[in-house]
Amino acid sequence: MPVWATLDAAAAPAAAVAIRRARSTFDPARIPALGVMGAFVFAAQMINFPVGAGTSSHLVGGALLAYTLGPAAASVVMIAVLAIQALVFQDGGLLALGANIVNMAIIGVLAGYLPFAIWGSGGRRRAAIFAGGALSVAASAVLALSELLLSRVPMPRPMLAISLAIFAASALIEGAITLAVVEALDAMQPNFVRKPAERPLALAALAVTAVLLGAVGVLFASTAPDGIEHLTRIQAAGLPERWLGKTAAGLGGLALIYAVCLVIGRFAVRSRAAAGRSA
Amino acid sequence: MTAPLIEVRGLRFRYEDGAEALRGVDFHLEAGETVALLGPNGSGKTTFVLHLNGLLSGEGSVTVCGLPVEGRNLAAVRRKIGLVFQDAESQLFMPTVLEDVAFGPLNAGASPEEAARRAHAALDTVGMAAAAGKAPYHLSAGEKKRVAIAGILAMDPEILVLDEPTTFLDPPGQRALAGLLEGLPQAKILVTHDVPFARALATRAVFFEQGRIAAEGGVAELARRFQWELPVKEQAERRCGG
Amino acid sequence: MHHVILERWSRGRSPLHRRDPRFKAVALLVFLVVVATAGQRLPLVAAVWFLLLCGTAVAARLPLAAAAARAGIVLSFTAVFAGISWLAGDPARALSLILKSYLSAFAVLLLVSTTPMSGLLHGLERLGAPRFLLMVAQFLYRYLFVISEKAQHMHRAALSRGFGGSRRRSGRMEAAAGAVATLFAKSYGRAEGIHRAMLARGFNGQFQPLEPLRAGAADWAFGAAAVLAPIAVRVAIERGA
Repeated sequence: MPVWATLDAAAAPAAAVAIRRARSTFDPARIPALGVMGAFVFAAQMINFPVGAGTSSHLVGGALLAYTLGPAAASVVMIAVLAIQALVFQDGGLLALGANIVNMAIIGVLAGYLPFAIWGSGGRRRAAIFAGGALSVAASAVLALSELLLSRVPMPRPMLAISLAIFAASALIEGAITLAVVEALDAMQPNFVRKPAERPLALAALAVTAVLLGAVGVLFASTAPDGIEHLTRIQAAGLPERWLGKTAAGLGGLALIYAVCLVIGRFAVRSRAAAGRSA
Repeated sequence: MTAPLIEVRGLRFRYEDGAEALRGVDFHLEAGETVALLGPNGSGKTTFVLHLNGLLSGEGSVTVCGLPVEGRNLAAVRRKIGLVFQDAESQLFMPTVLEDVAFGPLNAGASPEEAARRAHAALDTVGMAAAAGKAPYHLSAGEKKRVAIAGILAMDPEILVLDEPTTFLDPPGQRALAGLLEGLPQAKILVTHDVPFARALATRAVFFEQGRIAAEGGVAELARRFQWELPVKEQAERRCGG
Repeated sequence: MHHVILERWSRGRSPLHRRDPRFKAVALLVFLVVVATAGQRLPLVAAVWFLLLCGTAVAARLPLAAAAARAGIVLSFTAVFAGISWLAGDPARALSLILKSYLSAFAVLLLVSTTPMSGLLHGLERLGAPRFLLMVAQFLYRYLFVISEKAQHMHRAALSRGFGGSRRRSGRMEAAAGAVATLFAKSYGRAEGIHRAMLARGFNGQFQPLEPLRAGAADWAFGAAAVLAPIAVRVAIERGA
């Protein structure tokens, strides 16, 4: 089944679950607050954080939103952010929106929330927050990479290694930034960051699934390209080969678009901020 | 003698952190009056005003048009008393001007057609009819303030409350606002630091100090008594010789 | 600013602007799928599609050169991977990537420049997208530039106080974190202000829509044409017309 179509299909029910849950914890009167926090994410993504060697990076925000709004509302906000990015700023293709939503708004938020849900109210809170920030980026990035590979996009070994290194660095950076921001928030007002939810079990289950998916992704990455050949042979077994090749080529193109935005978005530092901001 | 539109007796309010914001306020507003609330920052003027439509609730009694401001009366009270906040950007939260001005009537149960009609009429009154389809973000501060007032007028209130309306307005904007308010028949409460603005519009003034009303009287009289005239003016007069 | 230009374009008065947003959204979706799955004789198909889109832009009375150029912004993202594909020995894929991403971006741009955001979101809701989510997006869009501007002001103020100079990295990290936290607090405060303003005007739990959407014959005609034309082009060229 075409990768992006699967993801678009997966995004719909996953998003629906997040939305339904958010609706039960947030009454409609809070909708403007969620919208405003989405606008905050956009603005916050413009602020430069120095990460050494003359480069700077930005906050992605999935984990931070999860800690301050709860994971369901955070997912809804991130979905709205991704949708506006796709529509108004032409960031990533619209068809790739499904994949983005699954990777970043759903899996990323859940993966980010997991450490906090388990250790967030104890002595290891700071470590939990750092881990959450890192995990949210790591999970979405790895998932994106495995989706890419599944689309039979050419990925030479060195490029794979570089991508993974970039993901690892981004993850650590996000962890550090998230922690720094949470500490600044705590200094301002102790209840900006909530206590972890009362139903950690259900949440942990969901989040563990997220991490598992990420791990599966890593497996694909490490066994590529042999794994890919094997997989596509399985896929092609029941399908007309030509159609698969054609669609894969097309899908690969679109899957690439969003993956590129995912990777480059972390590092298209000043250029994106400048392009979006100046006349 | 007709009953006052607003009657407040012994209003006390304490914030969550324990700070006492209002320490027993008595106040009344009659039909046709425009009352200016003067006083230093933090003296409780805005806090007081938020009690009039039930956004905050404290001890003592607050009655608007004969209705105690509480629970089941809130919907009706909020139709009678329209509050224009200091920050128009947070008040105009809908995507277009028309949708925003129609927000009040729609909540009050009007049909979309009726709400649109009332919104257009209100925009006409404030002179912003041409902006109906615009996004609030693109309006100037003065225009936003007028649209905010339209949003209140569309609900057909009996009382207008404006919190620091001339902040963010340049002198022409202030003049236009004063002209607009002068022409509106509703009773008004103006929370303001702008003494000339208050003098132009208010029939009466009260002076807040540390959560209480310290004095009542004419604007000029209170300004003189509390030396509330813009102090920089005196400094300028001294420097330029009057 | 990117957004301001799109806002201006979206409030135009062409026949395309007046079309029901639901039809435009569906037409876009179909076009994106058709583009995504195209493979044979791509350059030719893409060229004809490009002409179709240009024609649409002209019909919408949009500045053609500006619109076509704005759609090209997406290429700054895809060019990198296109380059990699080309270097990896697959120039066809590289070309496909560039053509498809550009056409997709152009089509999305046409939708957004002929439909004010609130109308578009309303149309999506009528197509079945969840209301909660769309309203969040509506408020996000409403305050997007208000808050971004605030962030810019803060940045400028910080710069004029010497931030960004050669200070310790951890100090700058703290300053940036403080900036984000301040932005968060101000956004939160603004959300509370909005909430109070909503209550003050009688909000009772539900947002009521103002204008119902009404689809006319012109909308159906447009929808049919917009959906069929790209498909017809592709079929005709692939079958070797």
